[in-house]
Amino acid sequence: MLLVKSHKQLSIALLALSLSLFAVGCKKKAPAPPPPPAPAPAAPAPAPKPAPAIRSFTVEPGSITAGQSATLSWAVENADSVNISGIGAVQSTGNRSVSPSSTTTYRLTATGPGGTTERSVTLSVSAPPPPPRQEAPRPAVKSLSEMVGSLLADVYFDYDKSDVREDGRSILNRNAEALKQIFAAHPSGVVTIEGHCDERGSAEYNLGLGDRRSTATKDYLVNLGIPAGQLKVISYGNEKPTCSESNESCWQKNRRAHFSAN
Amino acid sequence: MNRRTALLTFLAPALHGQSADIISRITGGQQPTIAIPDFRGAGEAQPWMQLFNLTLFDEVASAGLFRMAPKSFYPLQVPQAPQDWKAPIGGRSQGPWLTDWSNPTVKANYLAMGYCAIQNNQLVLFGWLYDVTQPDLTNAQMFGKVYFGPISEDGAKKIAREFAADILAKFGAKSLLGSKIYFVSNRTGSKEIWSMDYDGSNQRQITRFNSICTTPVLSPDNSKLAFTSFLQGNPGITVLNAESARRLTFVNPVSSIVASPNFAPDGKSMLFSTKIGGGFPNIFSANSDGSNLNRVTSARAVETEPKINPKNSSEVVFVSGRSGPVQIYRMNSSGSDVERLTDGTGTAANPSWHPNGQIISFSWTRGLEPGDFNIFMMDVAKREITQLTHGAGRNLNPVWGPDGLHLVFCSNRGGSLQIWTMLADGTRLRQLTTAGRNEMPVWTH
Repeated sequence: MLLVKSHKQLSIALLALSLSLFAVGCKKKAPAPPPPPAPAPAAPAPAPKPAPAIRSFTVEPGSITAGQSATLSWAVENADSVNISGIGAVQSTGNRSVSPSSTTTYRLTATGPGGTTERSVTLSVSAPPPPPRQEAPRPAVKSLSEMVGSLLADVYFDYDKSDVREDGRSILNRNAEALKQIFAAHPSGVVTIEGHCDERGSAEYNLGLGDRRSTATKDYLVNLGIPAGQLKVISYGNEKPTCSESNESCWQKNRRAHFSAN
Repeated sequence: MNRRTALLTFLAPALHGQSADIISRITGGQQPTIAIPDFRGAGEAQPWMQLFNLTLFDEVASAGLFRMAPKSFYPLQVPQAPQDWKAPIGGRSQGPWLTDWSNPTVKANYLAMGYCAIQNNQLVLFGWLYDVTQPDLTNAQMFGKVYFGPISEDGAKKIAREFAADILAKFGAKSLLGSKIYFVSNRTGSKEIWSMDYDGSNQRQITRFNSICTTPVLSPDNSKLAFTSFLQGNPGITVLNAESARRLTFVNPVSSIVASPNFAPDGKSMLFSTKIGGGFPNIFSANSDGSNLNRVTSARAVETEPKINPKNSSEVVFVSGRSGPVQIYRMNSSGSDVERLTDGTGTAANPSWHPNGQIISFSWTRGLEPGDFNIFMMDVAKREITQLTHGAGRNLNPVWGPDGLHLVFCSNRGGSLQIWTMLADGTRLRQLTTAGRNEMPVWTH
């Protein structure tokens, strides 16, 4: 349909054109023109044509960072043609946005009957700051509490005792390696050692005993080279049992040093 | 007779004998006998008399000061007012007389008598106390007093308790009336400090920290409440105004543990357990705002629960593991002259001074498995030890009441850990709490 329609428009245009040609042809058949006027008295010698004048040629701002743009503005008089390097022919007055990637000097050349005038402006372009350095690709870091929860095992104690048992020593040797790994991933991390007791002692004494258990555990780890400043101790006595039955297997579970990330 | 019955018949009088012995060991004398006949009410007062009589008898009996004369031996004619007394003439009875009560049947030394009536829309008690061993009324009447209360159950209890308190005061006993017990309860989900009246009524939450609050203690004037809490992360001491629960200044030393505070009799200084640097929690002293910290003990063992003698601030009892299993020790407040008070067996805890400064109560597992605590008392000068509970559950934190005859303690004897009171001889047991787990009671001084 569109095609058909444009054919129709084309034929109407051609018709109009031929009609106008016909009209022109008719004029040629008019009567002879009247005689030309008397020649004018001799004119004085024409004044020399003035040279083209560049009223302004600026770039705003004068310096940019690569990627930004600046505006060239110009105004020229008495010129037949105006040319700006890198842009080409332009009107005698105008402006143009430019965004070169490096420092560029624009030269405006105005040519007219009176000669040629040139002027230059320079747009200085600075390199942008470098992007942040690409992180070296490495495995995703687990949170401190995830690492503490998965890597550090509880240490168990005898009734009314706070010295680290044989089984506790091997657990703490492994915990020390894990702590080095944890503090490598979290250099300012702090790990808390909680001291806990079973329900059989008095609550008052157990608070002190729990402090002894967490402190003995910390001392052992510090001897293995773990920085003391990154190990905090706290006693919960028998206030936070992990097991609530009254039998030895449950009591043993409660007589412990537990590691946490807060 | 089989062996078991023989044992029982042997034990019964022995236990009864021990009971009387314990009280006289505390009071330092024989228990006098008191007779308290049922009081009667005039007119509209009568419906309240059963509750009144129960309360009066119970209040006087539970003080432990008296032997209660058995009601079945009372004379038939009971006087209700002084004008009812009729002195015998020529050896012939004219009516109720003092000797009716002091005779070998009743064997009373004292008689409380009176009656109630309604007057001006109040329940009024007219009460008298007589020493019935005296020859005449002038010498016999110890006091007569009028008491007023609202016409209600509370009014009947009030006048009975006030009369009982006046009777007890005549014998130098401090009444429990008006005293309060502070304790730790987890009934809200976290361990907070609560208070209640001495009979378990009026239970009220004091702290709302959603932390762990333990080991409460009161200043000697009952105005300050100090306890161990986890408010700052590690265990530390918090001090409150006991009435308003407003926090008072206490600067904890920098330590992983600051616990078990105790006030000196003047209320100006404190002892508590802490450790400075590494090492072991030991006993330290400081002003009651935490300033002027000084080391008192230096042992390579956990030492805690310092308790300053209320009558002699230079004497301190505390618990320590310095010789092995934790035991009760005494020392001078400077830390010198340390002596072990318990024999080294079992584990001991929770020493608490009697108001007289001569006796302590404490918990001990002597002869039993770890954790099976019973309550004991000890005359500190004589080292005389008396066991007050016998194997009914775990019994901890015995603290003397202001009357010096009752103890409040916590026990799981009923299945869960609750606050109980008893007369020091183990009788008159009363469970004061039921909701949640309740422990670590302290009685106002």
